[in-house]
Amino acid sequence: MKRLRRTMLFVPGNNPGMIQSASVLGADSVILDLEDAVSLSEKDSARKLVTKALRSWSFKTTEVTVRINPITTVYGPLDLEAMLEVQPDILLIPKAEVASIQEVEARISAYEAAKLGGEAVRTKLFALIESAAGVEHVHEILASSPRLVGVLFGGEDYTSDMGVARTMGGMEIEYARNKVAVACKVHGVDAVDTPFTDVDNHEGLLADARKAKAMGFTGKAAINPRQVGIIHKGFAPDPVEVRYALRVLEAMEEAEAEGKGVFSLDGKMVDAPIIQRARQMVALAEKLGMVKGSTASKDEKNANDSLEGGLV
Amino acid sequence: MHGIEFEIAPASGETRRQPLPEYIEGYGEVRAFEGAFANVGVGISDHRPRRSKSVRPGQTKFLATIEEALDRAGLRDGMTLSFHHHLRNGDHVLNLVMEAVARRGVRDLTLAVSSIFPVHEPLVALIDAGVVTGLATNYMSGPVAKAVSQGRLKKPAVMMTHGGRPRAIESGDLPVDIAFIAAPCSDPYGNCNGVRGKSACGALGYAVADAQYAEVVVAITDHLVAYPASPAEITQTMVDYVVEVPSIGDPQGIVSGTTRITRDPVGLAIAHKAAQVIHASGLLEDGFSFQTGAGGTSLAVAAELKDMMKEAGIVGSFAAGGITGYLVDMLEEGLFNNLLDVQCFDLRAVESYRDNPRHLPMDASMYANPFSKGAVVNQLDVMILGATEIDLNFNVNVTTGSDGTIMGGSGGHSDTAAGAKLAMVVTQLVKARLPIVRRHVTTITTPGETVDVLVTDHGIAVNPARQDLIAALEASGLKVVTIGALLALAESMTGIPDEVTFSDDIVAVVEYRDGTVVDVVRRTK
Amino acid sequence: MRVTRTAKAGTLESNDIFIMVSPSEAEGVTLELQSIVLAQFGRQIRETILRTVAARGVTQISILAQDRGALDYTIEARVETALDRALAEPGVIL
Repeated sequence: MKRLRRTMLFVPGNNPGMIQSASVLGADSVILDLEDAVSLSEKDSARKLVTKALRSWSFKTTEVTVRINPITTVYGPLDLEAMLEVQPDILLIPKAEVASIQEVEARISAYEAAKLGGEAVRTKLFALIESAAGVEHVHEILASSPRLVGVLFGGEDYTSDMGVARTMGGMEIEYARNKVAVACKVHGVDAVDTPFTDVDNHEGLLADARKAKAMGFTGKAAINPRQVGIIHKGFAPDPVEVRYALRVLEAMEEAEAEGKGVFSLDGKMVDAPIIQRARQMVALAEKLGMVKGSTASKDEKNANDSLEGGLV
Repeated sequence: MHGIEFEIAPASGETRRQPLPEYIEGYGEVRAFEGAFANVGVGISDHRPRRSKSVRPGQTKFLATIEEALDRAGLRDGMTLSFHHHLRNGDHVLNLVMEAVARRGVRDLTLAVSSIFPVHEPLVALIDAGVVTGLATNYMSGPVAKAVSQGRLKKPAVMMTHGGRPRAIESGDLPVDIAFIAAPCSDPYGNCNGVRGKSACGALGYAVADAQYAEVVVAITDHLVAYPASPAEITQTMVDYVVEVPSIGDPQGIVSGTTRITRDPVGLAIAHKAAQVIHASGLLEDGFSFQTGAGGTSLAVAAELKDMMKEAGIVGSFAAGGITGYLVDMLEEGLFNNLLDVQCFDLRAVESYRDNPRHLPMDASMYANPFSKGAVVNQLDVMILGATEIDLNFNVNVTTGSDGTIMGGSGGHSDTAAGAKLAMVVTQLVKARLPIVRRHVTTITTPGETVDVLVTDHGIAVNPARQDLIAALEASGLKVVTIGALLALAESMTGIPDEVTFSDDIVAVVEYRDGTVVDVVRRTK
Repeated sequence: MRVTRTAKAGTLESNDIFIMVSPSEAEGVTLELQSIVLAQFGRQIRETILRTVAARGVTQISILAQDRGALDYTIEARVETALDRALAEPGVIL
């Protein structure tokens, strides 16, 4: 089953206490950060700490992502080499553009050839797209490494690159968000939205998460653990929609059993896109524990009861 | 499915690090703990009569100095003096009185102090000088606790509970010769309250048994008002003498300006889980009653409850204990009908206690005394507790640090755990490399048979005696693990701590609320 | 091998350990350890530090360690970082 990445939580890479608690904060993925959260004089220290943690600390079921420094800096290649030794789930590549992803890809391939006898590392890549060029070339970036499983859009650096102001309304990142979300869909990878930087504004975060979900993002980055639950709420399917989706699937099964090709529900024709969406919705609801057990239940009432009972 | 792969035994000899002695020098015969309710009502000596005395018209109770009060009270070697801790770490009264006492050259005194704080450091010199040779307290931290841990007090300190102390005073197990009441407001005839004056601390619940049963009661105030002081929480019928001093306490140390919910993300995650457990337990319905400490994580549980109660439209019966502004907010929002208050933790609580008739006083005996006609703890649905250590049988230590040094005490821990329908310990599984779940706790404070569930950042463990609770949690989709699994997880993170080695010298005796001995504290090597 | 320069790593925050390594006059490893969990973990912390130093082949060094409840992997990371810094050629970026 494809894993959920509703939240990717940034954790400073040089803070032992926060690394130790990273797995209990509820985030689907944690990003151990070697870049912005670490001062230049502590790059070596953080790299060493994260390496040791990945060797001996259990993050339980939480996915572990490491953000390395840009590959164009002196630290980037050192980070990459150290991380390949311990192979986290994901490496998040900052300032992602075609050239930087190609360079990372080439270095990983070289490592596999030299150190692993051609065997592939388990680590996948996430592109942190945070520049105008990155946004504009998102398709080419996604085509430049088969290891890419997602894009994280970085709105702060992007607007700074554009030379425009970052606002609450977020009009200035609308185009980039749409473009990234659509490109990720095309390439079948996750699209994770930019963090919401006003950590005490919970209503604003919820609205922003819902907006990202509506645009097609699969998740949102978090810069504070308190944001995790709110983002999950924002990305949770609407129970009314889940209930409807369950009924669609049941009606479909009944129609199939009766040998009917097309069928209707509540007086409306149900066509393939509706069935497709219903399947996705129910699959997500199952992952989130909103629906218990199989959706193949023939009994609508039972299905609804289990939904009620299982709502989180 | 959860497997239970260890046997639960009642907190008895085999779970203690060392067996209890039968006799302890300076303490006496040891009546060992036999079960949370095995000795309720057993061995009650006839209630000690309240002191009778006749004060005639025209007689004055108002004295110029503490020295004069000591004269009138007949201070002499071997007496027991009592103090209460509503002024917490801002208390000046104990130090002022003991300074005067020391000048009298008396020796061999026992102090019955409901709690001892770092501010009471001057006591250490009196302990070393043999002026004070005995201590009975429900909680101690700071230099005095350290000195006791080092074995500098002549007799073992007796660690009681908030309910055990009034039981002992009322029954005569702990006879008090002179009680000193730190009174934020008093009139010259001895009517006292805690809600007025510059040192206002709110409720005076821990002082009531002392005032009722001591041979002599001295009120010490820095806010003398004309007769009659109102309200009168401790009345003129109990007080022998009144002394005015410039200051009974430092307001900074008495009540904090605000009590805050933790911002620590791990604490919040634990609180969230704790709230889910309460919800799953089925206890959260109209009439719900609740108590929590003032710690950041405990308060965060209250915050989670508040949201759940609002959402479900639940109106609780009461919240009890030491009261914080957070609980006052819940009272004012109609989420609880009443607060039952033994001590105020912040200014919001003090104001509410003074002004809101639904914010009720509760003396320590009413709060927690097991030998009474019914304590408030018996009416509690849910109690949120902390733990320094918890063992495989759910025995909790809040008395000593893992290095064996005294750094706390039961307070109301054992009392509320025994009374509440759901006694829940919330804690991180590991704090600064120390595993909180242990094979054996350093000191047993609260017996495991009274603890129902442990909620940590790494999982929830339920006391196997509560199969009903395990079923309820699992039915709600909450994952329950064994406490043995949590121990294994903790030790996989930290490594197995080295055993602290103790000498044979007993520095403190831990009394359960019924007066039996649940454990002893030995001097570390 | 001996350490010829002083270097530090780590912090005094909870769950961390601060390590300072410096040249020692005499042959051998001298270690001064302060820890908030000395009674329970002092022996294990000491062993971890000495093992990490030995693994780097350092035999003449003075170490000051101020522990705030660090786990073994953190201790190893901080000691190795301090050693890397003390042993690095000047001008090399770590």
